[in-house]
Amino acid sequence: MEHHKLSLDQLQDSFSEIHPRYTKNEATVEAERCLYCFDAPCIKACPTSIDIPTFIRQIANDNLTGAGTTILESNMMGHTCGRVCPVEELCVGACVLGSEHRPIAIGRLQRYATDHIFDNDIQPFELVPDTGKRVAIIGAGPAGLSTAGELAKRGIRATVFEKKELAGGLSTYGIVVFREPTNVALEEVQFIEKLGVQVRTGVEVGRDVMPEDLLRDYDAVVLAAGTGRVPPLGVPGEELAGVIEALPMIAATKLADKDDKAALANIRVGNEVIVVGAGNTAIDAATVAKRLGAERVTMLYRRGREEMSAYDHEVAFVRAEGVDIRLLTQPVEILGEGGRVTGVRCVRMRLGAPDASGRRRPEPIEGSEFVIPADQVIKAIGQEKLIALYDAVGVEHAGGYVRTDDELRTSNPKVFGAGDCVRATGQALTVTASEDGKIAARAIARQLGVAEPAPARSDTRGRFLHATVNEFGRIHG
Amino acid sequence: MADLTTNFAGVVSPNPFWLASAPPTNSAYQINKAFEYGWGGAVWKTIGDPVLNVCNRYGAFEYGHRRLIAINNVELISDRPIEVNLREIREVKKLWPDRAVVVSAMVSSNEAAWRKVVQQIEDTGADAIELNYGCPHGMSERGMGAAVGQVPEYCEMITGWVTAASSIPVIVKLTPNVTNIIPPAHAAVNAGADGISLINTINSIAGVDLDNLEIFPNVGGKGSHGGYAGPAARPIALHMLSQVASDPKVAASGIPISGMGGIETWRDAAEFLVLGSTSMQVCTAVMHYGFRIIHELCDGLSNWLDEKGASSISEFVGKSVHRIGHFGDFDLSFKTVAVIDEEKCIKCNLCYVACDEGAHQCIDLTKDGVRVDPEIHLGAAGLLQPKVREEDCVGCDLCSLVCPVDDCITMQERPRERDSFTWNELVRTRPEVTTDWDAMVAFRKEVGIEIH
Repeated sequence: MEHHKLSLDQLQDSFSEIHPRYTKNEATVEAERCLYCFDAPCIKACPTSIDIPTFIRQIANDNLTGAGTTILESNMMGHTCGRVCPVEELCVGACVLGSEHRPIAIGRLQRYATDHIFDNDIQPFELVPDTGKRVAIIGAGPAGLSTAGELAKRGIRATVFEKKELAGGLSTYGIVVFREPTNVALEEVQFIEKLGVQVRTGVEVGRDVMPEDLLRDYDAVVLAAGTGRVPPLGVPGEELAGVIEALPMIAATKLADKDDKAALANIRVGNEVIVVGAGNTAIDAATVAKRLGAERVTMLYRRGREEMSAYDHEVAFVRAEGVDIRLLTQPVEILGEGGRVTGVRCVRMRLGAPDASGRRRPEPIEGSEFVIPADQVIKAIGQEKLIALYDAVGVEHAGGYVRTDDELRTSNPKVFGAGDCVRATGQALTVTASEDGKIAARAIARQLGVAEPAPARSDTRGRFLHATVNEFGRIHG
Repeated sequence: MADLTTNFAGVVSPNPFWLASAPPTNSAYQINKAFEYGWGGAVWKTIGDPVLNVCNRYGAFEYGHRRLIAINNVELISDRPIEVNLREIREVKKLWPDRAVVVSAMVSSNEAAWRKVVQQIEDTGADAIELNYGCPHGMSERGMGAAVGQVPEYCEMITGWVTAASSIPVIVKLTPNVTNIIPPAHAAVNAGADGISLINTINSIAGVDLDNLEIFPNVGGKGSHGGYAGPAARPIALHMLSQVASDPKVAASGIPISGMGGIETWRDAAEFLVLGSTSMQVCTAVMHYGFRIIHELCDGLSNWLDEKGASSISEFVGKSVHRIGHFGDFDLSFKTVAVIDEEKCIKCNLCYVACDEGAHQCIDLTKDGVRVDPEIHLGAAGLLQPKVREEDCVGCDLCSLVCPVDDCITMQERPRERDSFTWNELVRTRPEVTTDWDAMVAFRKEVGIEIH
């Protein structure tokens, strides 16, 4: 596996942002295409309800500070979301220009606006006096940071505990570099810190600080710990050298990106790589392997295309990268020689009757076994849940997820949940984690008797907005 | 192909497109080049008394990222010595006998000076003289340009000097910087002008630099009114053209009009044509894109004339002038309503907000055909369908103008609900209705006009 045929230049190129930042002219031209719909569907399609037509109009009017503020008011993680949101499934997918025209590139415009805020170190929020209330947040990923930032807007000071060396969660460690450079994630952490949030990295709850201490010392605790390691495949050969997990490999590229990307050359990648799984993380791992220089990358998935959780645009993307997706293919054994992976024995599957999840159950086809040669196997079959932590904090959980009500309260009245660890259904996205932060902060503030913040700018939804013409007695009917 | 040959007061050109007197007609070099591209004529940049120009001379009016939808300038008349201009005019006319070569002139307001410049122009072999009574900046302060055009008596006096001295056609170019364009037009007719051209540029400030608070165009930190021209000025030019073209005295004189003011495409030119322009002058579009636009101007206009079944452009001069009327003669029973094509509608709801807040509250948002209250449904999931309450629609047309989809909202004619009548008839037959609100309310009730 010492083949690194790619030069550092090539690697740096492959791990640069896919879409360069818009120039001012590009942004203006794109922004001016926006129709500025009334009651726009893109707002409804955004999990954080960003006032998209307004921020786009602000870009068109050369008011970038206003545009960035509009975004961050609704979404503390707007800087990341402009880059990583599956916009085709959300705002862009809802754009009314999509039917017969070309929808507005909302994600790229959002990024253009938040880049202005972050590049110029602009503080979009007025800092709120400390109410004296204190909240402990476990996990400094998007959900934890969003909760902390939203609490800060209410004068509630949060301390965020992060077991990793760097804060940012998947933004820092898990989102591929060419979608979000590592420094973008770290800038976002600093942005939250500047609101008065304390982020303590390298501190693991349950090891360095005890859950019971948090419950005693803070007015509330938020569980925003995400998920854990990849579970075992449960096939022979899993212990062989060359069998790795997807997220650590992606994390290595993220850490290399933090500096000058030179460390990309040190990441071990195979020539013939097999990725087990077909979710968005599997897609990312396959793309990373390819861009690191793997000759052949093959994804294995035991069900069919219909059952894949990866988005259509992601599947199209990874295929364009030259990755082969083998559907209805199940690994049954990882083969090795001298302790190193040499291939994967697979069996072909067919879809039988629907299982409990409603998806058709894959069944092996007898006698259909075959071997795909491989010198690296990447596991990307979902993450284990942090059940031990849930128990330590004393909250009910089901199916590996913390149980919460609509306001993200857990069974423990002092504890709230946010992000992937409560996402039993629906999409585990940065944007949904960010929305969780808003919901949790609102619920915590109410519980602690803290008033809701005034909007940062005058609310356009004024007193008469909802008054119907009937109320003015002007129109019958 | 429809014949585009144009005869303007005896000046014949192969097409109606003349370069207006402006920077693109500053030199023989430029006009030779323009004629090679196919321009039908050119009005030489105004010659006259000595001048000195400034930097910067131009300011832009932009809309979003669209550059130069209008230009503002403080450039003066030709700053090349008059002898150089006269020599080049002679050379150009000799090279291009089939094109219209018109010379714009502006000199001090004394008869001798005008007689002299007329003679100098005639000696070049030029086809016509255009009197620049429009320049709104720099020259007007010296008693020339708009200072003449704004005072009909001066306009008539000087035009009289020129027509008496000239053996070639004299065109009077009018300034738009007046409250009524008709008196100066009449002055031109009275003084025996052979043609009228309009409009010159409009007084304007192009804008303010919000970084340093200086004015555009910026001359060393100072700014001033400059002449405004280009596509965004077109509606004003069309209005003034229509006023002059529909004026009985001008019409009776039979003198042709050369129209200008924001002509960029053949469509613009066609609008000037049907509102009474025999020839069309172009400046800003050439300053923006160059002489090459002449091909499309001719091609598009010719194709349109073919589609209209015209064999010659002259058939369409002034074809819409009879439609220029007065508000008092409009049919108050004429009725249109907005109709939304729901198949084409993309549910941007711009029509709804425009009607509800900017007009007459007759579009509803509906869900599954049922009117919904925006208070409850604003921000709710799902797209809402705007629907016109036809009985309340006043037919203002705002919704169709804001709709971004072609032919989605159309204004459709409905049968008149009462006999046609006009405001002027009302003034004649029921004067009390036009002066007293109680009488008006009673009249509305009588004829069944309900205004919500």
